[in-house]
Order: sequence, then C-alpha cells, then structure tokens
Amino acid sequence: MITVEHLSKNYGFFRALNDVSFHIERGEVVGLLGPNGAGKTTTMRILTGYLPPTEGRASIAGLDVFEDSLAARRHIGYLPESVPLYTEMTVRAYLDYMAALRRVERRKLAVERAMARCHIEDRADDLIGTLSKGLRQRVGLAQAIVHEPDVLILDEPTIGLDPRQIIEVRTLIKELGQEHTVILSTHILPEVSQTCSRVLIIHQGHLVAEGTPDELTAQVQHSSRVRITLGGVGEEALPVLKGIADVLDVRLLEENTFEIACAPGTDRRAEIARQVVRQGWDLLELHSVSMSLEEIFLKLTTAEEINLSKAEPRPEFDTEDVHA
Amino acid sequence: MRNAWIIAKRELYAYFASPVAYLVAAAYLFLCGLFFIGGIAGWREASLQMVHGSLGIVLIFVAPVLTMRLLAREHDMGTIELLLTAPVQSWEVALGKFLAAFIFYAAMTAATGLYVLVLVIFGHPDLGTLAASFLGVLLLGAAMLALGLFTSALTKNQVVAAVLGVVGCVSLWLIDLLSNLFTGPTRQVLSYLTPSGHYYNLIEGLIDTRDVVYYLSFTLLFIFLTAQVIDARRWQA
Repeated sequence: MITVEHLSKNYGFFRALNDVSFHIERGEVVGLLGPNGAGKTTTMRILTGYLPPTEGRASIAGLDVFEDSLAARRHIGYLPESVPLYTEMTVRAYLDYMAALRRVERRKLAVERAMARCHIEDRADDLIGTLSKGLRQRVGLAQAIVHEPDVLILDEPTIGLDPRQIIEVRTLIKELGQEHTVILSTHILPEVSQTCSRVLIIHQGHLVAEGTPDELTAQVQHSSRVRITLGGVGEEALPVLKGIADVLDVRLLEENTFEIACAPGTDRRAEIARQVVRQGWDLLELHSVSMSLEEIFLKLTTAEEINLSKAEPRPEFDTEDVHA
Repeated sequence: MRNAWIIAKRELYAYFASPVAYLVAAAYLFLCGLFFIGGIAGWREASLQMVHGSLGIVLIFVAPVLTMRLLAREHDMGTIELLLTAPVQSWEVALGKFLAAFIFYAAMTAATGLYVLVLVIFGHPDLGTLAASFLGVLLLGAAMLALGLFTSALTKNQVVAAVLGVVGCVSLWLIDLLSNLFTGPTRQVLSYLTPSGHYYNLIEGLIDTRDVVYYLSFTLLFIFLTAQVIDARRWQA
C-alpha cells in the first residue's frame, strides 16, 4: 500500500531524512517512532504530497506521490500534528467542505458517519473555535476519514490530550485500523505497543530498526531476564544464584530484589525457584522481565550509555552495536 | 474548476463570519455615499463619475484588506497543509480565493446600484455610460483584488499582507505619474501598464477591448503568480 524507496530530504544544508526505505502492506497499523526532530513529520509530509522529496521516491496504492500527486492524494486521509482547522466554521460545515474537496458522493451521509465514528455528533453545530483540544483532535480525525481513504496518515494523534482522551483516540485508531492502512507517528512508546502491529524507528533521519515489538525485542535483547524478591536475604544470595546453570549474571537491584540474566532462549524460572526454596529462603516475588519498548528504543537511538533514573535501573546489555 | 468553486464558497462563508468584512463593506459604502452626495451637490449632474472616479483611491485600501486574510491565514493556522494535501491544485486554491473576494466586492458594488435608482428618479442619466462605468469598477476591483491575493500568499502575517497590498496598489498608480517624466515609446508603455488610463476610459462610457484585455490579463497574471507562490512555498518549507 505504501512504498518508500531511498527517501531523502534536505532543508538547506540540514539533512532531515537520509535514505529511508520501507514498505507497508494493506491493513497494517504502523508506528513511526522517534524522538522529536527525527524526521517523522517530514516523512509524512512527503507521503501526503505536501513536501517534495530531495531524493528517492514514495508511492501510495501504486501511485507516485510526487509525479501522480493528485491521484495519490485521493487515497490519503491526513491529520497533521498541529490539527489545523478553520475555527470560524461549525464541525458539520467543515467536514462537508473537506468531503466536497475530496469528491465524496452522498456527502451528508459521509459526514454523519464520520462524526458518529469519532463521537462528535452532539457537537455537529458547534463552532470549531469553541471546542476543546480533545474534541478538535476528533474533528481532525473525522476529516481524515470522511472520504473513506485507503491510507490514514496521523502525525502525533494523541499529543496534548489528557489521559482519558488519549485512550479514546487510541481506541478509535485501533478501530480504524481494521479497515484502513494506518501510519501514525509518535514519540510516546506505550502508544506504539498498544496500537501498532509494526514499528519503524527513525533517528536523526535514518531508519534504524523495524519490526513488530517482539521482533525488536529479540533483535536487541541478548539475554532473558528474571527478577526475584527474597524475604530477608541480601548479598549473600548472589553466589547461589550465580551458580544456577545458564545464568549469566546476577545483580542486586534493591535490598532484596535481584535481576538475573539468563542465556537467551532459556526459561530458568522453575530452576531459580527450586534453588531459592532449597536454601530455605522466602520467595516473595518472581517474574520474567521483558524489555520494554522504551529500553529497546534507547538502545537503538543512543550511541553512548545514558543513565536512566534511579527508580528504573538500566538493564545490562551486551555492548554490540545495533546500528551496524 | 469545481474545486475552485468549493473553496470560494467556504471563503465567502468565512467573510461573513468575520467582522473585518462587515467593517470594510461599511467603510466602502460610506465613502461611496460621500462621493455620491459630493458629486450630486457639487456638479448637479446625473452621473456617477465623481463616485467611480474616486474609487481608485478607495480601492487602494479596501482591496488589500479584503484579501489579506485569504492565504496569510491559511499559512498562519497551518490549514494550508490540509488544503494542499487534498486532491486540489494550487491554481484552484488561488482562483477559488480570488472568486470569493471578487463576489464579496461585487456584492458591495451592487449595493451602490441604489445610486442609479436615485439618478433615474431625479434625473436623466445615460444608462449606457453608467453600465460601462460599473464594468470599469468591477474590472479595476478584480485587478486590485488579484494583487492583494498575491501579497497575501507571500506572508503568514495578515497585516504585512495588507501593507504589501497597499504599497503594490499605490505603486501601480504612481506609474502614471512616472510616465509623465518620459516621452515617446517609454511613456506609451508606462501609461499602458498603469490601471488609471484604462479606468478613466471605462467610467467615461468608452468600452475599449484593449482596456478590458488589460484588466483581465492583469487579474489572471496575479492569480497565476499566486498559484506559483503557493507551490514555491512548499519547496521552501
């Protein structure tokens, strides 16, 4: 549905996007992940035909976004990050206008349907200027889907919303993902794990990784980790734990909490529990720690080691460079 | 073309949602009314020459204020991004915006048709001359609005757009003065370029194809240039 080949974009001497290639199939919900200024918005603006690329090409539904721009744009619904709307219009008039520009037949029905899907029917005759940020976001989403596009491009769709609104918008995106191909950008990691089937990580204009959250974990994580809490036992437990087969490393995180790094692909939880009980210690807690997307992301986008906050100690990784 | 009309309709809607448009219409009609009364009382002549002859000066301010919002606001609010990512071409945007401003202007001008009624009731005006004169008013307005549209495309600040528009309009009229400094072909070229000569022909009742062509080509040129600026700003972004 979306094909991007060797896409680069320069702003003057600044290279915002550098040789990015990816492919998105019909029906996928793909997250474009990266810190601010990574090139997410640039990528989206090129896909929507708003910005011309410096090099490379992109196509939507087989149509080149630059050469066949008008035809390609017919397949796109777009929500820019700033949610630009005409504040002097009512919701209904605005949606009708956007539907007319996109040649929607039976506009009235399409507008009603879009408002219903975004839960703004009761605000249909309100001026957009009087709506809250969350409601505007939904009006923005409604205009993006009013013409039933094949591809939805959403730039930071949940930024600036309160937690309840964020959940609503995410639910909406998930629903939309059942019928549309969705590409959304975000720098909020939980959002990706909750809404996206696949992740593209962009950093400083480069595509540094792509895959499902699980694939990315496998790519970065070189050990499977287990965290245990023992009752009243501290450092003296270290030698015992280290002695368990397939255990690579043990660290004392807090007073009685240990993190045990095991050889990749092994599940040593049962064995760890047995050893602890054999020593006569109290096992208060035992769980395997999967690497969060935050950690993967940091691993992929930071060249040198960064100390995380003390509350969330940085896990030990091999120092193998994933960029390479 | 259909897109241009859709955009024009929204733009008209926006005009009526904004106090600026009402203010401009009020000022325009007030000034026209003053010139009308002045003309009738001073010359006791059943014509609108006084009103239409002074309109050039009124339009220097009215046209840029009517057009300043058109594209500057789209850039300021970022709505241009959604407009240009819809299946719409830049020239359709420019044309649609122009049409809205022109329709609003034509409606204001239609309100001055009341003067014609007054003249017919109390005198014997030459209706043919009046028709040519009104054609001149519409054509001059179209040209000034196209120029204002162009300056509105250059910036995201509405005030800057209006000031540039006023400067542009004044410069056009100044070419007329400038032409007096020259003789021969230079003078001819300069006086062809300025809108005033073409305008006075029309309000005196003389419809010359050259004058009509001048205004139409001036208007189309600036709509075309506006579309070019819209595209160029995309490349710069």
